[in-house]
Amino acid sequence: MSGRKAIELESVGVTFGSGADAVPALSPTTMDIGEGEFVALVGPSGCGKSTILKLVAGLVAPTTGVVVVGGREASAKAQRIGMAFQNPTMLPWLTVEKNVMLPLKIVQPYRAEFRAKRKGEFRDKVHALLGEVGLRDFANAYPWQLSGGMLQRANLCRALVHEPRILLLDEPFGALDQFTREELWAALQSLWMAHRPTVLLVTHDLREAGYLASRICVMSARPGRILDDSPVDSARPRTLASTYEPDFAARTQRLRDLIVGAQRHVAEVH
Amino acid sequence: MSATLRRRSLSIGLILAFFGVWEVLCIALNVSDLVLPRPSEIFTVLWQRAPQLWPHMLQTLGTTLLGFVLGVATGVVLGAIVGSSRLAYDTAYPLLIGFSSIPKVAVVPIFVLWFGSGTVPAVLTSLVICFFPIVVNIATGLATTEPELEDVLKALGASKFDILWNVGLPRTMPFFFASLKVAITYAFVGTVLSETVASNRGIGNVMISASSNFNVPLAFAGLFILAGLGIALYAIFSLIERQVTGWATRKREIAV
Repeated sequence: MSGRKAIELESVGVTFGSGADAVPALSPTTMDIGEGEFVALVGPSGCGKSTILKLVAGLVAPTTGVVVVGGREASAKAQRIGMAFQNPTMLPWLTVEKNVMLPLKIVQPYRAEFRAKRKGEFRDKVHALLGEVGLRDFANAYPWQLSGGMLQRANLCRALVHEPRILLLDEPFGALDQFTREELWAALQSLWMAHRPTVLLVTHDLREAGYLASRICVMSARPGRILDDSPVDSARPRTLASTYEPDFAARTQRLRDLIVGAQRHVAEVH
Repeated sequence: MSATLRRRSLSIGLILAFFGVWEVLCIALNVSDLVLPRPSEIFTVLWQRAPQLWPHMLQTLGTTLLGFVLGVATGVVLGAIVGSSRLAYDTAYPLLIGFSSIPKVAVVPIFVLWFGSGTVPAVLTSLVICFFPIVVNIATGLATTEPELEDVLKALGASKFDILWNVGLPRTMPFFFASLKVAITYAFVGTVLSETVASNRGIGNVMISASSNFNVPLAFAGLFILAGLGIALYAIFSLIERQVTGWATRKREIAV
């Protein structure tokens, strides 16, 4: 970690709607994420985890406070952010290769050279990235020929192809079965170790958070705030076996208690 | 392949059977050709009057295609605008529905008033009659773009146009072609409608003057020409559709 800050939230609060219909989604939150960190956001449903991602991406404007990304106030313009959601949203009329290449068609400086390089350098770049997740042989397949896990691998490649400094993942593996999910954890870990983007991962899966993240933030129920922020120091690359070790289990248990406590607190208030 | 062949021969068989039953019923019930001419009479008229009918057919075809092209252009632009935002969609829809509910017969006299009789009102009528399904389909196609994908692209700094061009429009292609096939048949209706009311050329005019002379077989010949043109253009668009939007019909290939 270089110690520089990639993302800074300064007492950022979000309220959707206004007047009587106002719904507070995020209580004023302050949080710094260093460059190259892998942060997992966990918490009960609807607690504003996805809202934080959208704030960082500049898709939602904060009601109060400031979001600073890469030293500038967040906005959807001219940022090199990669995003991936649970739904892989591959375009059905394009091959996997062309789907993954899509960001290069949009983001500068690639955009200016797209016509010239799409059949050479860019193609090689995409193929190399697909190779890293074991999809090299499927570059010319169409999305409907791929399984859910393969689509999600391609989705990760699409989010990383333009070498973003920040990668935002919103429950990317939520719809996959357990075995596929674990395979994808390994794929994501090696992608992260190779490219070192700053990652913000929203997940419901505490094992996933513990396996992947270098830091885990637990959020309270809506309107969300950060209840707990703790590092995960175990050495990388981590293995699935490590997720069954006593400290890992203890950490998972502690996080679970925090989240369950947060939900119970809400139940008592209402 | 044999399944396609079977489907084709069945549909040709159905057409032949339709004409056969028609012919037989006319003979059996001794129907006068002033009421319902037999198909054989109609085809004879078509054959004999082909040289006179030919320019009328070209007139109708040209007018229809011109109105259709203009209608498609209008429809795509309007559809792109209407489908580009929730607000535009909700705002413009009542107006569009109101507009499409007007019987197009009613607008022909207005066009004639503005532009005189002849080709211009026919082109305009086919335009206004065929643009609506295109607007609806393009707008729907755009409005159904996955919000997640839009977020992914916006986070990359994509402009509205980038999203429209790379995702929105390709996604609407299956909807677009479906609407083209509807629109082309509507366009014929528009042209013929206008030709019937206010023109001295075109198949619509041939039919109206034939029926006022009690030349019923000739009027039916006009109908046959229109049906033939409609089928031909429909087939052409289906062919283009399969080339352009094959990705949307893949499921059938797997199933077979």
